[in-house]
Amino acid sequence: MSKLKFAMYWAASCGGCEISLLNIGEDILAVDAAFDIVFWPCAADFKYKDVQGYPDGYIDLCLFNGAIRNSENEEMAHLLRRKSKTLVAFGSCAYEGCIPGLSNLTTKAATLRAAYSDSYSGDESRTVLPQPVTQVPEGELHIPLFYETVRALDQVVPVDYIMPGCPPESHQIAAVVKAIISGAELPKPGGTVIGAGQVAVCEECPLAKNVKQITRFYRPYELVPEPGLCLLEQGLLCMGPATRSGCGALCPRVNMRCEGCYGPLDGQDQGARILSAVASVVNVGKAGEGEAEMEAAIEAAMETLADPAGTFYRFSMAHSLLQRTRF
Amino acid sequence: MDEPFQPVIVGFLCNWCSYRAADLAGTARIHYAPTMRPIRVMCTARIEPEFVLKALREGADGVMIAGCHPGECHYVEGNIKALRRFKLLKLLLRQLGVEDERVQLVWAAASEGKQLAEAVDRMTEQIRPLGPLRWKQTVLAAAEVGG
Ligand code: SF4
Ligand code: SF4
Ligand code: FES
Repeated sequence: MSKLKFAMYWAASCGGCEISLLNIGEDILAVDAAFDIVFWPCAADFKYKDVQGYPDGYIDLCLFNGAIRNSENEEMAHLLRRKSKTLVAFGSCAYEGCIPGLSNLTTKAATLRAAYSDSYSGDESRTVLPQPVTQVPEGELHIPLFYETVRALDQVVPVDYIMPGCPPESHQIAAVVKAIISGAELPKPGGTVIGAGQVAVCEECPLAKNVKQITRFYRPYELVPEPGLCLLEQGLLCMGPATRSGCGALCPRVNMRCEGCYGPLDGQDQGARILSAVASVVNVGKAGEGEAEMEAAIEAAMETLADPAGTFYRFSMAHSLLQRTRF
Repeated sequence: MDEPFQPVIVGFLCNWCSYRAADLAGTARIHYAPTMRPIRVMCTARIEPEFVLKALREGADGVMIAGCHPGECHYVEGNIKALRRFKLLKLLLRQLGVEDERVQLVWAAASEGKQLAEAVDRMTEQIRPLGPLRWKQTVLAAAEVGG
């Protein structure tokens, strides 16, 4: 029997997803035995034109990681959709924008300024912004167009499955890959989440909740949390209540707040959900105090949150209800 | 003559007070701006921040949350929960470029039809100079063309 055809591609991402796949240990041998790699820029030398030459639907499984941030990402999304039977939005960037998506909280111009002229390592007198087209003696050079807004893969092409995580956990990847190889029936495709849980991270978290209320929040470096107790109730902005399980609550297990990398639960907006959870732990002052005192106490606590939008939507900004800031 | 811009304000009104206040404003034939689309909820605590974001995304120019005065919530302190969410939601919306005037929290008891009507009038006047929000047609449409 001929092997299944496998592709993996990175768009706007950090490369961690590629590592996470290689990190599945000896199961990678099973991947090699079952699949022929037909495109994987990180690991094998295929060119875009090779992919263009494949018949439509030639690739059995394509893991697409990375968000859509420029015209090259977008072209590759369309190309790989056409050439793949099963397209997986692999990891948080492809699923929901992830860290690249945070630039939706600002503008393209500000992003380019931060990268090319305001950075400490740059020489401001020589700032050159990337130009889509440049004339050189040899002719015209083209580079991809940088977009105003970062989008998730499923905002550009339909995806069959979504594997959340930044990056997806190795045991989850291994389980999914093995299921595919064994021919086991996967859930119905159509943007379906696989390789993750159906409850919030809190449900898998061993730390104790005591319905404690707080008067201020701390950034991680400002507080050494008490072991064994819920981090959110100690004032660390743990995203556990608004985040999909699947990692086994890795971060709170070692006293680090969950940053939210598995994204929201089905049909939820992660930022809106964590907002409710955060609001519920804020102390409103002593009973019997006036409305003005109560409001002041609430405001004082909320003001200790450094960057609500960037924290609540650290991973899911591009896929959130409002998707980007207005300017 | 140019018609003044009539903002669309989605109003989430608590069943026990502000919805009745709106009813009273009607039966008392109080004249006020026809800009608020009331949605009845059992308590302001029922209003998930998602409702507000969704209203703004789907075409509202503003959202009014109206409920019982502190101390008078039918479910004891649902409105205090709403107040805490509201304060944080404002910080979030500011970062997303939504002006403060567009999302407001109002307390109106069942007998305060006049106060509710005045709040709608006031909010309408405050949103007018800001113009339409049109989140889908402007913010999201720009994202779609990759621009
Ligand atoms: S909020 Fe965080 S620390 Fe608290 S129970 Fe949930 S996951 Fe654990
Ligand atoms: S605890 Fe949260 S941030 Fe940590 S791996 Fe799990 S989902 Fe990601
Ligand atoms: S019942 Fe009116 S605000 Fe709770």
